[in-house]
Amino acid sequence: MIIKVLVVFFVIFAIWRTLLKLKKQELRIGEAIVWVVFWLAVAVVAITPQTTDIIAQFVGVSRGIDLLVYVSIIVLFFLIFKLIVKLEKIERSISKITRHIALKESDEGKEEKE
Amino acid sequence: MLILIVVPAYNEEKMVGEVVKGLNEFNYEVVVVDDGSKDNTSQIAKNAGAVVLRHFINRGQGAALQTGFDYAKKVGADIVVTFDADGQNKPEEVAKIIEPLLIGQIDVALGSRFMERKSNVPLIKKIVLRGGILFERLFVGVKLSDAHNGFRAFSKKAINLIELNQDKMAHATEVIQEIKKHKLKFQEVPVTMRYTEYSKQKGQSVFNSIKIVSDLFLSKVISKK
Repeated sequence: MIIKVLVVFFVIFAIWRTLLKLKKQELRIGEAIVWVVFWLAVAVVAITPQTTDIIAQFVGVSRGIDLLVYVSIIVLFFLIFKLIVKLEKIERSISKITRHIALKESDEGKEEKE
Repeated sequence: MLILIVVPAYNEEKMVGEVVKGLNEFNYEVVVVDDGSKDNTSQIAKNAGAVVLRHFINRGQGAALQTGFDYAKKVGADIVVTFDADGQNKPEEVAKIIEPLLIGQIDVALGSRFMERKSNVPLIKKIVLRGGILFERLFVGVKLSDAHNGFRAFSKKAINLIELNQDKMAHATEVIQEIKKHKLKFQEVPVTMRYTEYSKQKGQSVFNSIKIVSDLFLSKVISKK
């Protein structure tokens, strides 16, 4: 099947990029291992989709693809939550910068008067 | 003794001049925090004789108030009064709201439009404000007769302790939380609100109360981190 070939090629490409980054020291060895294992798992799942069913049944979900959807939704919700929190922090930082500039400009205005 | 009036203003060119002039009549030091207005708020406030601090982008009323507080700390103000830019508050009532602070009894005076029944509060506004009062009683544990009234007075001690992180309108509840957190002594002072067509139009929409509650919830999540 074409999809399997495409995924395998993409995995090879991704692993090659990961190793390249490791060589350039943009990634630490631990991170690189995690990414390589992840991409290898993607390849295994693409070639033999049945393997996911084993994990799914282990946790009590009948099909592997269902488990994938459930996990994805949970991960997405978590990421959105993290994003909202992060955004709020950025908003506060912007306010601080704006405030700093406003106060600084008022100082400069005073000096000009003097 | 330096009494500083902080007036947060966003697109208030129609009223801000009058408000500043009204306060100047009583010889108060006035600082207008122009919160990124797209109109001539800054220039009009300056011409009227106020010190103007300008946010170059709009950050919300809470952020503007904190800028005013930081300025107050810098110039060493003894009392800071927050005052609405839309002409809702009366300049002659500043004396009334700072009185308990001058005697030295309390750290924060909160204006209340419900203590005396002089203000003609629109019905829908009344209902939402009652909800806010109840919310503060339940979640902050402070019993007040008014919520989200912009007319307030703070002592030097209060200004040094209170830090507003709520950039938007939730700052009003945050002030109450901060009062409680730092165990500041507070008192409500009856004030009269002028509900003009202009101020009603500029005022908070009823739906904004939902946003305020969600902002407060979010803040709880962040501060725990």
